[in-house]
Amino acid sequence: MLTLRCPYCGFDADETELTPGGEAHLKRYGPGSDDAEFEAYLFHRANPKGVHLERWRHAYGCGKWFLAARDTATLEVFGTYSAQTLEPPAEIVAAIKAKRPDWSAP
Amino acid sequence: MRRYSAFAIAREAFRHHLGWERAWKSPTPKASYDAVIVGAGGHGLATAYYLGKNHGITNVAVIEKGWLGGGNTGRNTTIIRSNYLQDASAAIYEKARSLYETMSQDLNYNVMFSPRGVMMLAQTEHEVRGYKRTAHANSLQGVETSFISPARVKELCPIISLEGPRYPVLGALWQARGGTARHDAVAWGYARACSDMGMDIIQQCEVTGIRSEAGQVTGVETTKGAISCKRLGIVVAGHSGVLTEMAGFRLPIESVALQALVSEPIKPCMDVVVMANTVHGYMSQSDKGEMVIGGGADGYNNYTQRGSFHHIEETVRALIETFPMLSRLKMLRQWGGIVDMTGDRSPILSKTPLEGCFINCGWGTGGFKAIPGSGWGFAELMAKDESPLTAEFGLNRFREGRFIDESVAAGVAH
Repeated sequence: MLTLRCPYCGFDADETELTPGGEAHLKRYGPGSDDAEFEAYLFHRANPKGVHLERWRHAYGCGKWFLAARDTATLEVFGTYSAQTLEPPAEIVAAIKAKRPDWSAP
Repeated sequence: MRRYSAFAIAREAFRHHLGWERAWKSPTPKASYDAVIVGAGGHGLATAYYLGKNHGITNVAVIEKGWLGGGNTGRNTTIIRSNYLQDASAAIYEKARSLYETMSQDLNYNVMFSPRGVMMLAQTEHEVRGYKRTAHANSLQGVETSFISPARVKELCPIISLEGPRYPVLGALWQARGGTARHDAVAWGYARACSDMGMDIIQQCEVTGIRSEAGQVTGVETTKGAISCKRLGIVVAGHSGVLTEMAGFRLPIESVALQALVSEPIKPCMDVVVMANTVHGYMSQSDKGEMVIGGGADGYNNYTQRGSFHHIEETVRALIETFPMLSRLKMLRQWGGIVDMTGDRSPILSKTPLEGCFINCGWGTGGFKAIPGSGWGFAELMAKDESPLTAEFGLNRFREGRFIDESVAAGVAH
């Protein structure tokens, strides 16, 4: 079973405690943006076969949203981090690069 | 191609069955084709078949990374129905269902289509209202469905328990002409017919790049060399995002795992397909006697063709409430497929930002039932640049907010 460590309560949560929330670090385009940007924000997803930065909620725990770096082709988890950031922190990037040298942050 | 017939079986019986031909050829790819289809699953092969049959385009290659029909075509629960709420969906799924009726004759290949009837249980008051609405919509669309009483449900499916503690059966949406078919045979039958028309089916050939010039597709790069083409159809289900990344655009799609499982074979006990969308499980009995069970998809992006075990538990737990006899069955096998989910849970059959490149994807959890209709419409789109069946399913619907919202209409299970 997929297990992710909640960065807020430090608990190793099984996926039955978690709710997946899709791609992380989406830039929100609101009123005034053009149609293409708004469409991309709402619908277009990277959907990579490989490293995926994604949102999760510790639904049956502390209830908070956090972010995780996970490989969708191997289900390997590189780490989890706070949702209050616009890009993955240096230690997460380092953990990914250690295993996937070719990877670059989207 | 030698036709299959009772006479052919008798003829072969007299010569130790040595005269059967290979069902399809495995040629090396040519340098150039009029049209290249990526993905030799049901939808890709059906597209190639109707390109040849309806539009006379037979200089076609179907390229497959793995083996023919080895993706979701060989991993689904084989349910065929067309009881959709929205007009655009009902049209394409009903086209598919009607083509399934004559598929064995059309392809000269027994796809074992069994129109045994599909019932979708209404287990809450909301579902009763929803399915009555669907039945009314279907009668306007020319799709034959009806809302039936609990007594009729019990008559059609004696092993059901109507008074579930949580979710009693309050009725069902019944489509007598729905049913099941042999999923592998659908792919094999189309492949044989395509090969007979002179098309090349190239297995174990992975596409590694898409070539274009001035916004126009010119070919693909593969592990068996470059192949040039005027028209390119991408029909790769869960891997659509990987292919469109090569083509240089993004899709409104996320790939997740959907699982199914079968029990040990038992004597015939259920001759209809039953779907219970509130508790999220669906079941039919195969000709071998196995109970074929499907459930919900995982929520997170996944390409591994393995799903989360707790979904199996949830599905079986829910079905045991409605079918108490299941509790005594052993489950034999479980597997997963990667399904491509769109925001409105409806497929995409569309031109793309790359001229000459077309995409057929987003069938999510319910692609098998649509195979012939999808192939029919997508072939027309590739040949003529437009098709009445696919007009509503364009990529532009997301920008225009013109969704075909079946995630509510059809429940999540397909």
